[in-house]
Amino acid sequence: MSDSTGKPRSFQEIILRLQAYWAAKGCAVMQPYDMEVGAGTFHPATTLRSLGSRAWAAAYVQPSRRPTDGRYGESPNRLQHYYQYQVLIKPSPPDLQALYLGSLEAIGIDMEMHDIRFVEDDWESPTLGAWGLGWEVWCDGMEVSQFTYFQQVGGHDCHPVSGELTYGLERLAMYVLGVDHVMDMPFNDPDAPIALSYGDVFLEAEAQFARWNFDVADTDVLLRHFEEAEAECDRILNAPELDPKTGRRIVMALPAYDQCIKASHFFNLLDARGVISVTERQAYIGRVRALAKKCADAYVLTADGGFAA
Amino acid sequence: MPDLLIELFSEEIPARMQARACDDLKKRMTDGLVEAGLTYAGAAAFATPRRLTLALEGLLSESPTLREERKGPRVDAPEKAIEGFLRGAGVTRDALEVRDEKKGQVYFATITKPGRPAAEIVADVLDDTIRNFPWPKSMRWGAGSLRWVRPLHSILCILTDDAGEAQIVPLDVDGIKAGDSTEGHRFMAPGRFSVTSFEDYAAKLKRAHVVLNPEERAGHIWQEATNLAFARGLDVVEDKGLLQEVAGLVEWPVPLMGEIGAEFLDLPPEVLQSSMKEHQKFFSVRNPKTGRIEQFVTVANRETADQGATILAGNQKVLAARLADAKFFWENDLRIAKEGMGPWLDSLENVTFHNKLGSQAERIARIAALAREIAPVVGADPDLAEQAAQVAKADLSSEMVYEFPELQGIMGRYYAVEAGLPEDVAAACEEHYAPLGPSDAVPSRPVSVTVALADKLDTLAGFWAIDEKPTGSKDPYALRRAALGVIRLVLENSLRIGLQDKFEDALDLLRSPRYEKMRDGLFHDMWQDFQRGKEVSDEIKEFIGASAENEIQMVSKALAAGPSARESVVRKAIHDIADLWVTQRSGIEWRGEFVPMRDDLLSFFHDRLKVYLKDQGIRHDVIDACIAMEGNDDLALLVKRAQALQDVLQTEDGTNLVQGFKRANNILTQAEEKDGVEYSFGADPKFAEDDTEKALFAALQDAEKTIAAAGKDEDFARAMGAMAALRGPIDAFFEAVQINSDNEILRRNRLNMLHSIRQICLQAADLRRLDG
Repeated sequence: MSDSTGKPRSFQEIILRLQAYWAAKGCAVMQPYDMEVGAGTFHPATTLRSLGSRAWAAAYVQPSRRPTDGRYGESPNRLQHYYQYQVLIKPSPPDLQALYLGSLEAIGIDMEMHDIRFVEDDWESPTLGAWGLGWEVWCDGMEVSQFTYFQQVGGHDCHPVSGELTYGLERLAMYVLGVDHVMDMPFNDPDAPIALSYGDVFLEAEAQFARWNFDVADTDVLLRHFEEAEAECDRILNAPELDPKTGRRIVMALPAYDQCIKASHFFNLLDARGVISVTERQAYIGRVRALAKKCADAYVLTADGGFAA
Repeated sequence: MPDLLIELFSEEIPARMQARACDDLKKRMTDGLVEAGLTYAGAAAFATPRRLTLALEGLLSESPTLREERKGPRVDAPEKAIEGFLRGAGVTRDALEVRDEKKGQVYFATITKPGRPAAEIVADVLDDTIRNFPWPKSMRWGAGSLRWVRPLHSILCILTDDAGEAQIVPLDVDGIKAGDSTEGHRFMAPGRFSVTSFEDYAAKLKRAHVVLNPEERAGHIWQEATNLAFARGLDVVEDKGLLQEVAGLVEWPVPLMGEIGAEFLDLPPEVLQSSMKEHQKFFSVRNPKTGRIEQFVTVANRETADQGATILAGNQKVLAARLADAKFFWENDLRIAKEGMGPWLDSLENVTFHNKLGSQAERIARIAALAREIAPVVGADPDLAEQAAQVAKADLSSEMVYEFPELQGIMGRYYAVEAGLPEDVAAACEEHYAPLGPSDAVPSRPVSVTVALADKLDTLAGFWAIDEKPTGSKDPYALRRAALGVIRLVLENSLRIGLQDKFEDALDLLRSPRYEKMRDGLFHDMWQDFQRGKEVSDEIKEFIGASAENEIQMVSKALAAGPSARESVVRKAIHDIADLWVTQRSGIEWRGEFVPMRDDLLSFFHDRLKVYLKDQGIRHDVIDACIAMEGNDDLALLVKRAQALQDVLQTEDGTNLVQGFKRANNILTQAEEKDGVEYSFGADPKFAEDDTEKALFAALQDAEKTIAAAGKDEDFARAMGAMAALRGPIDAFFEAVQINSDNEILRRNRLNMLHSIRQICLQAADLRRLDG
């Protein structure tokens, strides 16, 4: 890693600096969730932890998949697999804007030379039954982050309110590093003995997944997986709270939520395959939302969710 | 008399909410203060992205003491009643006053409500204002329960007396204590400072790189932007909405002008404008010589050491990426447009217009058919009108319109030109959406007018057919706007069109897909029956036996002949039977729903017409009097009549004639009710006794002829004039003659004469519906 006060030189250095910055600010630096998700918000460290009254502060990178955004690696800025950097602090601290601006400085954006703006952008996730108010943050006219105060998640009012920051890492890094095509962006130090670009790491994957997402994925199988995940989610939540084996009360909100994440991802894949019509689309989103709500209902019955026996 | 300064300092307030918030803050605070007895001399409210500010001048330093006198019980009333009165009035017995009243001596109490100091009242009213502020959307933050548009950080609230001494109003809203300090620009002048008055506040803010007044910011942006453009011989494209929005995004506006990459200059100007405005909030800068958009102005929120060079470069880069997307859409779209837009039209089959009204493609087919029907009335070529309707919505499938929905129609016109379609067709693609608002221009090209009418009539008939009419303030499909659009298209183009007919056409077109589905289903069932050797069912025979005798026989013969029957002949026979059955059956069912729908739609139009004409100064009762006449679905005719009636009512003869008419009508109606007969026999001049009676006879005869002739010519001014001319003879007649004469023959004859008055006048307009 080069001098941490000057301009970063690679994609990974930007990530490392964000990690160091938010760690220094007291966040638990977590690792990505080990499932396919559409956005960092799906990580239980955000969705579920924003519920209930327990304080929380976490930061992590989350690989995210949006099958419909695949362009075979040809688009300068569209990818079906990309990274988000996610920060969630509950309750939202009064100086969250200042903390956020500090993170931009940490990755080499000089506040004296740039024009940073908070432009209204209310966030809503129909699949998570969640919404919040906030902004998209502009740096010289470019959106570099989403900044949201969660008001509701899984149909539950958020008390206290979490502050959520989401950085689209590729886009932000391209801006900071002055790169025009994502595949040209240095992934590691450009002076390293084996210097790797983003394309060296991901170009092939983008083409392969784009082909599979758009044309090859077996839609019957995906549809079945969707139904199975939905059924399993329900089954898990319908299990009695009392575990007969240990004799303990164990509400399985997290395993159920895994199934909700799966259903959501299968829906995204089906959508990319173009087999979901406009009217069906709403129905599928409604089904995933119903799962998310049930998981949220269960989560608030766990100790992490603020349940006191 | 102190001045009051309030500043509510928060995280960034959405630009679109700032103006309204200023008004609400001012109104809620001043209403609350005045209600509590604190009047003021002047008020002004301001907003920046991070603050809402209210300055009140010349506030009372305390609310006035109020005295109220209350009458109590009599002196000799029971002790309990007197004690109750004391409790209620909150006074002691020695403060009571005794007065002599008629009924004896009575206690009076004077209740004094002492004035309260301004600070106390301001604190109460501000607390209430903050907690109940009508933000369109508000939120909670942290662990608190207070709601504001975004987290509220500080409250500045001071009263400044005449000597310039400031006093902080003691107030604590959910842990936020009011103070006398604020912050400057987030980046250029961070840190807090105290203020002592509004003037001090505004001056210090400016030094801290905050322009408080949004109008001043907007003015500065516009002036700087036009200066930058002028220096290079260019014009900034005016956009008041954008200017207001941008002024709400910055505290220290610094306009910067930049270039649009040469590779994008060939994009249509509307695309450049939309792309720059929607995504980047840039102003477009036009070269008056070429008419093209060549540069842009962005407004930064700060000054920098490099005079904005870094900021401008960043913005230019983002714009290039945006325009690369737009160019990509444009080029893809052009390819499809040049090949005739086929794939777009096909894909509209999969786009739902409304789940009960089918796809966009079905809707387009209806509009095209309706356009053919309407074309002759408008004077448009039916083929061109149909063609225009078929392609007018093709651009909804284009990538550009998907990205920028507000470019619908505009792109359609470009693409129709590229597809080599006639100019009238291309223009209709854009113009058929008009008029959108009450001040929007109305198209005049016949093809555009035709498609515009067909589009709106199909929408209205469709939502009427599925019973999704506007109710109260709810009009999600903008049906009132559509009806007003039809009204303006008809009136401003002086079209003579019977709307009832067109409603029927539109409703019929909505029916046909349903009808075809029914027919195909019935055919399918009957064909299966035939193959199983079954005869045509009795139910069908009973219903259409007479009209389908041959076909039914053919089926019987084919059954008898067995496999040797010719299939195609039988299929056709069965198809014809199904067709007849469905036409007759569904025709009857449809009629049942259809007529009330059509009539209801017409009365909806009449309501909209009243609103429209009222704005043009025509009285609502005048319109009612004309709506009651025949041909009321011909709006141009209706308005002509109403205008003539309105004019005649402004003459003395006109108003008096109406009085005379009403008198005649009342007497006649009463007599008819009493006698249980209708006096419509026609009066006989030989029973006329009085000269005035004879004169009225003659006048009525003349008037009847003139009104009938004028009515035929639609010369309503002449008809109304002839009617008004009856005023003299009618007045004279009533003056001289007693209607209810003892002579029954005379009485009947006179009543019959009144009937003539009624009948003749009603040919011009239904005067019974006029007020007064």
